[in-house]
Amino acid sequence: MSTDSQQNAHQSPVLEFKSSTFSVPVLVLASNDVITIEQQLQEKIHQAPEFFKNSPLVFDLQELNKLDLDIDVTELTHVIRKLGLLPIGIRGGGAQQNQQALELGIPIHSGHIARDGVYAANQSGTGAASTATSSGAPKQQAPEPEPELESGHDHESEQESTAEPQAVAVNTTIITHPVRSGQRIYAAGDLVILAQVSAGAEILAEGNIHVYGSLRGRALAGVQGNTEARIFCSALQAELISIAGNYKVSEDLNSAAHIRPVQIYLQNHTLVIKDI
Amino acid sequence: MARIIVVTSGKGGVGKTTTSAAIAMGLAKKGHKTAVIDFDVGLRNLDLIMGCERRVVYDFVNVINGEATLNQALIRDKNCNLLYILPASQTRDKDALSQEGVGKILDELKKDFKYIVCDSPAGIEKGAHLAMYFADDAFIVTNPEVSSVRDSDRMLGILSSKSRRAEQNEEPIKEYLLLSRYSPDRVKLGEMLSVDDVQEILSLHLLGVIPESKSVLNASNSGTPVILDEKSDAGQAYADIVARYLGEDRPHRFIDDKQGLFGKLFGRK
Ligand SMILES: Nc1ncnc2c1ncn2[C@@H]1O[C@H](COP(=O)(O)OP(=O)(O)OP(=O)(O)O)[C@@H](O)[C@H]1O
Ligand SMILES: [Mg+2]
Repeated sequence: MSTDSQQNAHQSPVLEFKSSTFSVPVLVLASNDVITIEQQLQEKIHQAPEFFKNSPLVFDLQELNKLDLDIDVTELTHVIRKLGLLPIGIRGGGAQQNQQALELGIPIHSGHIARDGVYAANQSGTGAASTATSSGAPKQQAPEPEPELESGHDHESEQESTAEPQAVAVNTTIITHPVRSGQRIYAAGDLVILAQVSAGAEILAEGNIHVYGSLRGRALAGVQGNTEARIFCSALQAELISIAGNYKVSEDLNSAAHIRPVQIYLQNHTLVIKDI
Repeated sequence: MARIIVVTSGKGGVGKTTTSAAIAMGLAKKGHKTAVIDFDVGLRNLDLIMGCERRVVYDFVNVINGEATLNQALIRDKNCNLLYILPASQTRDKDALSQEGVGKILDELKKDFKYIVCDSPAGIEKGAHLAMYFADDAFIVTNPEVSSVRDSDRMLGILSSKSRRAEQNEEPIKEYLLLSRYSPDRVKLGEMLSVDDVQEILSLHLLGVIPESKSVLNASNSGTPVILDEKSDAGQAYADIVARYLGEDRPHRFIDDKQGLFGKLFGRK
């Protein structure tokens, strides 16, 4: 292999830039109390440790800054890293916060106006966001996977797409082989799996998810905030199910009761599980 | 066409080396020229099970580094002249193996051998990765317990996404389940997963069930692969496995309690 690339070094390019879409949880903060943030974040992680382990994360300070609450980015980053998450971006920060982030090697995601618009719409459409506005002071919402434009960041959920997002959104991805522990599948549209999804596997879709086999891993539908998305499966034994950021872990699922065909959808910000 | 078989599991101590030795011997006994390679660099023990540890001059790493030729390093088995062993080095660490080096050796072996059996180290790190990377067939050795089954599932994921066949979009590696150290008694007591439980979790083609058996320890003490102990249950299980792999249709054994009928007659639980 190395001899090949040496020979070709002068003829053909050995690198290329591509634009890829990634699903990255965004941590929206509504308090600058780092101790409380740490506590609550820890609780969230405790509910789904595998889901959060080494997960990349973008933190969003826009709400804080709207409320004129300053937060020490260095301290916050320290807490996030300590809990096993890997911050890969800051959004909605002030000049000084951005500078702090850069010094820590964390890129700044300039809040594109359009993108933030989309994000705001997502936010008001999810239960997670409504908890964040209805409950008391310090709080942070369930990380809501949402797409971020990145380049060169290697992640298994990567779906290379050079097409317009609108164009891929109608796609259906069909997987015919079992999705095994440690594997991750991301679909820009609907995701149909004609085999089992093992414990320790993770499937994500911007649209609906269908699993014609046992669903034992984690399934996240509507990851861009589509609250109409649904999950269908022939036997529900999942570790985690989520629609538009509203999730339940297996402990909440009483899994023995659902080892049969069910569908899962969102009703008043709550996940509903119904027999098919 | 030569075929490369990886014997792998993820979890350690489940019976990979025992299995590699047995099936390599079984294939050779059926008349196929076979090589078995120890990928567990630093922990050499295939040569002990094959009983050739006192004839090791050169090893896998010497060949990769060009310090010995393949022919100098291959040890011919004392029981079967169609079987050769390529031992691992005890003195190097896993970094001594490179993908390029392993690929070259396998290419060379393919010219001369029908089957090349790769005994993988435990884990999913470099050694295990190199052992499975070039494989055509994978024997997944699993014990009937949750942690072993989980690790096997993880390994299956790696086989289907990180192997050469996967990377080059070729036909995927053929995967076979070998359920080892099976004890029907303990399954009945609920201490172990049953064959059905494991099949249900992994949904994988079952090549055979190897019972928990004293004969395995005896065989490794005497340095003869257990498949040569034709009277033993584990030896017969491995013989069945080799026959099934080669296309014979043999019913599964060792799944039910040997004394099942007896037990029922005498009201044993
Ligand atoms: N069917 C069996 N019945 C009883 N004991 C067995 C059986 N199979 C393997 N063993 C024992 O289990 C132990 C581990 O076996 P072996 O060395 O083959 O496992 P391995 O998967 O190669 O381990 P490692 O991951 O360390 O390489 C040995 O002591 C062996 O004798
Ligand atoms: Mg071994």
